[in-house]
Amino acid sequence: MSNSVTPGVPVNPGPGGATGPDRAGQDGRRPTIEIVNASLGRRYRAERRFRFIGMSAVVIGLAFVAILFADIIGKGHSAFQQTYIRLTVDFSAEVIDPEGTRDPAVLRDANYLKLARDALAARFPEVTRRADKQALYGLLSAGAPQQLRERVLADPGIIGTTQEIWLLADDDADMFMKGRSTPIAIQRGVGLASLVPVEGGEDNQVQVLSTANDFSTILRDLADYREEGRAPAPNPGSAPESGPSPQSVPTLESDLAGQEVLGPDLPSHLVAINGGLVKVERATPSAVIGTLLKPLTSNVDAPAEQWEILRFATPENDRRLKDRVVAWLHDLGAAGDIEKRFNTGFFTQGASREPELAGIAGAIMGSFYTLALTLLLSFPVGVGAALYLEEFAPRNWFTDLIEVNINNLAAVPSIIFGLLGLAVFINFFGIPRSTPLVGALVLTFMTLPTIIIASRSALQSVPPSIREAALGVGASPLQTQFHHVLPLAIPGMLTGAILGMARALGETAPLLMIGMVAFIVDTPSGFLSPATVLPVQVYLWADSPEVGFVERTSAAILVLLAFLAVMNLAAVLLRRKFERRW
Amino acid sequence: MNAIAEDITRMTGAMTADDLAPLRDFSGTVGDFTSPKARMICRNVDVHYGDKHAIKNVSLDIGRNEVVAMIGPSGCGKSTFLRCLNRMNDTVPGCRVRGRITLDGQDIYDKQQDVVPLRAQVGMVFQKPNPFPKSIYENVAYGPRIHGLTNDKVELDALVETSLRKAGLWDEVKDRLQQPGTGLSGGQQQRLCIARTIAVSPEVILMDEPCSALDPIATARIEELIDELREQYSIAIVTHSMQQAARVSQRTAYFHLGDLVEVGETSQIFTNPSHKLTEDYITGRFG
Repeated sequence: MSNSVTPGVPVNPGPGGATGPDRAGQDGRRPTIEIVNASLGRRYRAERRFRFIGMSAVVIGLAFVAILFADIIGKGHSAFQQTYIRLTVDFSAEVIDPEGTRDPAVLRDANYLKLARDALAARFPEVTRRADKQALYGLLSAGAPQQLRERVLADPGIIGTTQEIWLLADDDADMFMKGRSTPIAIQRGVGLASLVPVEGGEDNQVQVLSTANDFSTILRDLADYREEGRAPAPNPGSAPESGPSPQSVPTLESDLAGQEVLGPDLPSHLVAINGGLVKVERATPSAVIGTLLKPLTSNVDAPAEQWEILRFATPENDRRLKDRVVAWLHDLGAAGDIEKRFNTGFFTQGASREPELAGIAGAIMGSFYTLALTLLLSFPVGVGAALYLEEFAPRNWFTDLIEVNINNLAAVPSIIFGLLGLAVFINFFGIPRSTPLVGALVLTFMTLPTIIIASRSALQSVPPSIREAALGVGASPLQTQFHHVLPLAIPGMLTGAILGMARALGETAPLLMIGMVAFIVDTPSGFLSPATVLPVQVYLWADSPEVGFVERTSAAILVLLAFLAVMNLAAVLLRRKFERRW
Repeated sequence: MNAIAEDITRMTGAMTADDLAPLRDFSGTVGDFTSPKARMICRNVDVHYGDKHAIKNVSLDIGRNEVVAMIGPSGCGKSTFLRCLNRMNDTVPGCRVRGRITLDGQDIYDKQQDVVPLRAQVGMVFQKPNPFPKSIYENVAYGPRIHGLTNDKVELDALVETSLRKAGLWDEVKDRLQQPGTGLSGGQQQRLCIARTIAVSPEVILMDEPCSALDPIATARIEELIDELREQYSIAIVTHSMQQAARVSQRTAYFHLGDLVEVGETSQIFTNPSHKLTEDYITGRFG
């Protein structure tokens, strides 16, 4: 019987042939094992397919998480460092306290900006033009005078002395130091470089001649740049129009007639030689003419490897820091007077319009006050509601209705809770807006359904035998709940509460409605002082145009994620620790 | 709850077996369901779960120093009846109890009757051992503590020891009283539950298939214990094992589909049953 059927070819139509099998069962139907074997391959294929789909879903999901984290960390890690500039500050008594009273009010109101600027001007005596000075002063953060003020207030004894102080750099300088301004490539000189004054040029112009074709890379670079279509054709009066092709570049003679002219729309090239910086304006393969951005210390010839060409890939017009400012930073860097340090201010300062002064302390405190109050309000109410509904309330249409509505509330968009908070708490009850109190009330509304649902399922998971045992020895229903059921359900409830809190910590939308989106500089000091919270701070910073806020946004996200991870970890650990098996 | 309250409004004050005597005739039970030294008297008890009539007009007494075994096929209502005796059915939604059940003459479904003292007087041991997930000591001490039975730690310690001794568990656990009760073996857990029950000095102990989750050795241990406990307590035990009923009980009640078919001396029920259904069940024709 069995060898009359080819294995793998289903003769019996299976479930489709419902009428067939019964009749065929009598007269020579295939044995069950053959029917089963015939379908086995299909069944296993279906399982393999399902496993593959599941595995791919997991891999894709993890890949996106990895990309997200790589991006956030890549952008945000630099915010944990901050650039400082070392300056020798003269705490001049005439500026700070001309009358010598040492009155704190006088010390507080003194012109520390002038001190900072004087220190900077003393560091760069060659900067004389007014516009250049403005740019130079821009290197220091608006927070630098405050640093000086704090120093003086802490120790008035330093008045009249000169001190070396690390002052906070402006965000543009900070971004440059972190490589966000422009990619910088350094090419060491190959030939012997000699410096020649330019006939008929301005006195700060200089010509650099190399014995090798060191500068041909500049020409090739510019040609490549034009070819990519990122800059217009060579400026008028420059090399012939046929110039752009790379092959033509090496043929250029070191003749100023065949020079390439560099403008602000092209990548900048600077020659660092003899302690000075020459910004290349015209170039041939073996010679460049440029302006001295930083004075030379000598005019002697520089041997190979002792000078270098810096290339700033981003054209000057596309950068916030102009080449001369970069030259100052280069100078500071060469002298070791500028460095990145751990950014404690990020964790101790409140919000600020200046990226280098902006920190998340205010937002963290705001989040702390808001969440503490949310937990305080929502946990007892949520657990109480769950306990009553699950253990005491009669089962009827009314409690069914309540249950359905609690489940629905958990799915209500959070901004609606914000509107509710605005209408009820702020407009009706007159609770001050932007405060942790009103934020916590709104978030309580939002987390209550989560906590109630989690608490109810925690109560349901307590075996009924425990209740029977307690009731059986004569415990009252309340004693049964508080002595036996609740202790067993609390870990599950806490898990639910922590997850609810984690959701509340990341919530932005409802808080926008109740004014917690305001720009608040001071760290909140209580439940009734204006505050903002971490996710709202992220939202605010993400909206800011300054480049410096980009890294701070990512860093704030990192801090927020760290808090969320810690809270979720706590939930998992709590569950592990207190989980009981029966 | 409300239905029960309505049913029992008419029943107030103490009742004795004699007061209830005229009602005896209403029952269709074969055999004498009364007990000369009755401690709990149940008359014409009906239990409904929603639309389901789970117990039909059952009358049965539980006497002093005796073990009453309730046997019958699954779903016959013997556990339901047992749970009426300490009002554990109150916790079941949709459950209504009618009829009269008294403990020492006091109607336990009386409006004035508080279930908390009732359950202290009528203890219960459940089918599955259900110690609290606390220490062995706490398991036993919990009842006395909530009822305020002892004045100080010394008395409580003594009470815990006595209870554990009575339950035959003391020698096995005296060195690990602070370890969790859930860590004991099944049979030990069940004896711990019995110790927990007798720690509040009940008058009646209800046992709902106390050995169904235990191995034969643990079962034998519990059966011995039941026999010892009979000296002090009235015991009602539901069991699926007819051998067990024959071994431990003095009187046996056979339930069938909510009816109490036959009650009698255990020896009589197992050797010479009067009712056809009882005979069929005992001889193993069904069940």
